[in-house]
Amino acid sequence: MTSTTTDTNTSTGIGASPVRPDGTLKVKGEFAYSSDLWADDMLWGATLRSPHPHARIRGVDLTGALKIAGVYAVLTHDDVPGVNRFGLEHPDQPVLAEDVVRYQGEPVAVVAADHPETARRAVAAITVDYEVLDPVTDPNTAADRPPLHPGGNVVRHVRIRKGDPGASASTVVSGEYTVGMQDQAFLGPESGMAVPAEDGGVDLFVATQWLHVDQSQVAAALGLPPEKVRITLAGVGGAFGAREDLSMQVHASLLALRTNRPVKFVYGREESFFGHVHRHPAILRYEHGADADGRLVYVRAEILLDGGAYASSTSAVVANAATLGAGPYDVPNVHIDAIGLYTNNPPCGAMRGFGAVQACFAYESQMDKLAAALDLDPVELRVRNALREGAAMPTGQIIDSAAPVAELLRLVRDRPLPAPAADDPRERPGGVANTTHGEGVRRGVGYGVGIKNVGFSEGFDDYSTASVRLWVSGGEPVVSVHTAAAEVGQGLVTLQAQIARTELGVRQVTVLPADTSVGSAGSSSASRQSYVTGGAVKAACEAVRAEVLDLVDAPGELYLNGGRVVDSAGATVAEVADLLGDRVVEQTVEWRHRPTEPIDPETGQGRAHVQYAFAAHRAVVDVDTELGLVRVVELACAQDVGRALNPQAVLGQIHGGSAQGLGLAVMEEILVVDGKVRNPSFTDYLIPTTLDTPPMAVDVLELADPHAPYGLRGVGEPPTISVTPAVVAAIRAATGVALTRVPVRPEHLVLAESPPHADTLVDDTE
Amino acid sequence: MRVRIEVNGEQHVADDVWEGESLLYVLRERLGLPGSKNACEQGECGSCTVYLDDVAVCACLVAAGQAHDRRVRTVEGLADGDRLDPVQEAYLVSGAVQCGFCTPGLIVATHDLLRRNPHPSDPEIREALAGNLCRCTGYEKILDAVRLAASRSDGG
Repeated sequence: MTSTTTDTNTSTGIGASPVRPDGTLKVKGEFAYSSDLWADDMLWGATLRSPHPHARIRGVDLTGALKIAGVYAVLTHDDVPGVNRFGLEHPDQPVLAEDVVRYQGEPVAVVAADHPETARRAVAAITVDYEVLDPVTDPNTAADRPPLHPGGNVVRHVRIRKGDPGASASTVVSGEYTVGMQDQAFLGPESGMAVPAEDGGVDLFVATQWLHVDQSQVAAALGLPPEKVRITLAGVGGAFGAREDLSMQVHASLLALRTNRPVKFVYGREESFFGHVHRHPAILRYEHGADADGRLVYVRAEILLDGGAYASSTSAVVANAATLGAGPYDVPNVHIDAIGLYTNNPPCGAMRGFGAVQACFAYESQMDKLAAALDLDPVELRVRNALREGAAMPTGQIIDSAAPVAELLRLVRDRPLPAPAADDPRERPGGVANTTHGEGVRRGVGYGVGIKNVGFSEGFDDYSTASVRLWVSGGEPVVSVHTAAAEVGQGLVTLQAQIARTELGVRQVTVLPADTSVGSAGSSSASRQSYVTGGAVKAACEAVRAEVLDLVDAPGELYLNGGRVVDSAGATVAEVADLLGDRVVEQTVEWRHRPTEPIDPETGQGRAHVQYAFAAHRAVVDVDTELGLVRVVELACAQDVGRALNPQAVLGQIHGGSAQGLGLAVMEEILVVDGKVRNPSFTDYLIPTTLDTPPMAVDVLELADPHAPYGLRGVGEPPTISVTPAVVAAIRAATGVALTRVPVRPEHLVLAESPPHADTLVDDTE
Repeated sequence: MRVRIEVNGEQHVADDVWEGESLLYVLRERLGLPGSKNACEQGECGSCTVYLDDVAVCACLVAAGQAHDRRVRTVEGLADGDRLDPVQEAYLVSGAVQCGFCTPGLIVATHDLLRRNPHPSDPEIREALAGNLCRCTGYEKILDAVRLAASRSDGG
């Protein structure tokens, strides 16, 4: 009897890995993604985009488009009734371009037609008279070029000053590192439907990461009060940061309100590359100083982040790069300048691990360089300098929960190494292309460890809202959970139900569709939703539970378990069904994590972040040194997750995040030449396949953070951060080439001039 | 033009099909079968994998007219009512589904693999599924799912 009760809570509650509630629909092909929406009388939207990275618009002629049969509306910025500006942190981006375009792909006009091909042809029939301008494309000089926005071309400059600015050390290494522009490459393209409503407002069904920030931006552009823009989350085909900014939301709404018909947009893959922001490319100049024992004395860095044409989340990216720029190490003297810039390159914003990813590639490359200079093992050097609980960050913030940096490194180091490649072309670089039988192939092992802040920082009011209802249905207590939190694949819907089962001791929990009829949940980003929306659901459940237990007249601590009120000995005090009868208990709670603080603009000092998360990787690679082909043989990851609320989902995040970081290391880059994207397709922008992604061994630590719900620590981003430098370190170890940019391309390996260990290489091959 | 296709055992007719439409577009927008996904529409991602006369193809690369008078089986045609196909069940319980956008194509591709090779080795699985992109899972749980589906087909 008791075991049944316990089983109810433990097999589907916190700590278990129940089947996803949306999983059956997804495997049957019946889950409705934002591109699957359909209405009888709907029209298709299409977007005219600028072919130029920088141009003045002298005139737009719509007559060709309007003449095409089946075209219902063609709109420009003149048709935007509200404020023709949006943006996550600075509203600097036009919904539709006015007199100037600032990047290739910037929307200029939108069309609604009765067939997607008709809409595309109408777009092609619009004539725009552009005066092409010289684009600003080099972040090194962008600050001194003519301003692209009224405030100049520096979006933000963050300074971190800790300790002695003139500190000197016996061993010094320096380097300049480059990170290419990575794309989130979610599989479900930007899409959704806007439906005009009788009250003059609009109902939007879209794939997004933060419904309420979409709502406020769309309402401002439409000139409507927010309550007339109702947003429901449609099925989301991945996000990874790329859905934080608006894409088709305002465009579809404008067309729906103009035509009084539902309007659906579905971007193709090429348009998707122009339809969302990317990971900031970066140039990072570092100098590390250490004493003879390998203790870090100082870190100095200048980090340039190319924000592209509009600000998006550049401010936060710059802050992360700066505050986390010394890495997970205890460094007494830190001097970092991180600068985000406007250029005419594609706009950059949120992507998994933002700011931290770029910095980690540079500081971990530096740690390897320092280890070599000191003749120390690279793991040993990292362990000697590892942050631990109680240490001070470069911002002065004291780390007040577990920081097992050294332990994570030891875990990945001590795993057994994979066996040598079998005599099978599929296990060699180049695969079934059969480019080698093993000659010229060398194995290397490399390490990386990284740090990421969880949640929104710098004093941002970071909260989530949850509404939880408990009532009796069919003689059994049942629960519904309602939040506006975006399920983007990570499994938040599963987790919300797990929390409700654990807190309220029920079996049946329904997670209602996310929409704007409930308060904001904040963004599904920054590894924050388990923490913040999880915290909100937990708090709302606790409020419901308190109300239920108030109905019981019994002494001592009481709990809800298995549909019953029980005492601390587990004895039944009452059946919840009897206790409630027809009563519905409902509580809505707005829940906040501990407040953070802004950082000092001159010194960067301040308690900027609410929680830090850490992961370490070991990468093993085989490199065909003659062709420059890399095969990642194995990735080992260790990560502290505080508490694994859903172990299967935690592994899913670590595996998926690691694969994305592998992509940045060896494959993924949006090639931008003179402000123009050269490879906007999955033919030319390569993401890892089953053949590129190796087996991954994972160690999960659960060192509870006493400040977080259930002790959890954000999971999603850390694995994306440390894997990239680990893979590159392994390639360096295999080849001796001093690689300083990602992604590593074959020519970087084959055409490298005099690799430092070239002699050794020749000896070893013989 | 008019296109007649047998989809999942049922005859379907679509009228006024523009010659440039793909089989994927007709399935998704004209026949009410959006299970096959539109992630790249250029044959790179495998999300729209369907059977065309028992051959697994990318529906985005098949012109609708080419499918005229032929048989198509989509992800919607794999389950027997509420009873999932073993491949679907394996993906579900293995944690191989996150956002799920790649899932329909991967499930059809896995179904096709196990039909041709009921007991694939890991390198064989990786090679067979290399045309199906997934951005969420890092493929680890997908490999688990394929192994699980293969092991279950041992018993029956």
